[in-house]
Amino acid sequence: MVSWLGRETLRMVSGLGDYALFTGTAFRSVAHSRRLGRRVIRAIHEQGTLCLPVILIVGVFTGLVLGLQGYYVLNRFGSEGLLGALVSLSLVREMAPVLAALMLVGQAGSALAAELGIQRNSEQIVALETMGVSSHGYLVTPRLIAALIVFPIQTALFVAVGLWGGSLSGSLLLGVEPGVYWSSVERAVQAPDVRECFIKAATFGLLTISICAYHGFNAHRCRSATGARAVSASTTSAVVFSSIIVLAADYVITSFLV
Amino acid sequence: MTAGASDLLLQVDDLHKCFGDQVVLAGVSLAVPRGSVFTVLGPSGAGKSVFLKCLADVERPDSGRIHFDGRPLEPDDAAARTDFRRRCSFLFQSNALFDSLTALENVALPLEQTTGLSDREIRDRCHEALRQLDIENFADRHPSQLSGGMQKRLALARAIVTRPELVFFDEPTAGLDPLRRNAVFAMIAHYQRQFGFTALVVTHDVAEGLIASDRVALLERGRICFEGTPAEFSASDHSVVCGFRDSTAALGSSLGAIRRGESHLPDDI
Repeated sequence: MVSWLGRETLRMVSGLGDYALFTGTAFRSVAHSRRLGRRVIRAIHEQGTLCLPVILIVGVFTGLVLGLQGYYVLNRFGSEGLLGALVSLSLVREMAPVLAALMLVGQAGSALAAELGIQRNSEQIVALETMGVSSHGYLVTPRLIAALIVFPIQTALFVAVGLWGGSLSGSLLLGVEPGVYWSSVERAVQAPDVRECFIKAATFGLLTISICAYHGFNAHRCRSATGARAVSASTTSAVVFSSIIVLAADYVITSFLV
Repeated sequence: MTAGASDLLLQVDDLHKCFGDQVVLAGVSLAVPRGSVFTVLGPSGAGKSVFLKCLADVERPDSGRIHFDGRPLEPDDAAARTDFRRRCSFLFQSNALFDSLTALENVALPLEQTTGLSDREIRDRCHEALRQLDIENFADRHPSQLSGGMQKRLALARAIVTRPELVFFDEPTAGLDPLRRNAVFAMIAHYQRQFGFTALVVTHDVAEGLIASDRVALLERGRICFEGTPAEFSASDHSVVCGFRDSTAALGSSLGAIRRGESHLPDDI
């Protein structure tokens, strides 16, 4: 039991070190990576344009639900006029960064892990290295840079459509004055709230995309499976780890910024 | 053919590689003359691909020395290793083409990422390579839209577009029918003469390897047990060479014995 615990702890520490080296190498590769701009634009398209529909849909429904739930809670205290504040602060400080990150993990992160896993299996990553091309710089760096740009933008869009969803359920369905709702939003959201929102979004982007890339890139090291099953296992673990990390990092960042 | 030190492009001394308890390379030494087609023969599992990957700096050997163009490749000499990789190419058994890129983009990739050439120069070089390999008309196709032979030529176009001095070929004919095997070896010999690179081929196809090569070596259980010209290989009375060279005749006698009910499957299958 003790030896198992020791072995697993060592494996975890070694894995963390390996992940840190992987991410560090990817960022260091910025310096000597050629034609990086084109690949960053392509990665922005993958994480941004292709994931936009799911962000907008989830954002609208989150806003609709927050509007409904918020109205019934505030109504008990006769404070329906604060609905805008409740919806906006919930979205900006907490729900938008977390839910947008989870949606992006589900779509862009899983796709990235699977793509890199297949590239590893079919020797494409080794082929890059034999050409003298940095596989980290070519495959991972553009995705990390794109994540730092895309996650905050997607989160901002999530907030925008969420606020609109909140106004739909609050004003259109439940009769809160639109002017009251939007002025409450305007009064409630302060610069530190927006800063917290963007700090969370960028951190989640960096963590999740690097974790997904790490798992896909190292699919050949999967201990439980080989070949196509290793790609499947690494994609699953990438999504699970990323989702857990989003929630854990959310707690840590919130406790520092509140 | 004997070569002086300056005529040797690649020199390997006492290379060892183990995976856990399994010894794959047990002291391999080899000298590859510049401008030659050098073929390393060996049965499956002899360590040929690992040997090639150690030479191509994909796998790190446990011990041993590799000299490229007279310069040692030390594990901590990053500059020498980068220079080595820029002057070499590797043609994979699976071709390792990027399936999301077109044929043209596949060929352009090493030039885009390792040279400072302009887009126009890269495009011209790529079209030239595709034309020389007779696949220019398929420049906009993805690898999955090409036949096996065309994919092999595309992989070769990508390997030679950087004008390497040394090209590693890992089982270039694996899984191909005899006609295609001949075509691939003819292609290697033809383009080796056309472009002047040194070719290091690992294969288990004895007949084609002997015809297309200037020198051959036989790798058996992690050791080189023969090195010489194809003529010397054909004339050798070394037991392992004879067993490998005369495998087709051995198959005939094994089959005859099995049909007569005198024998079963060989033990070393």
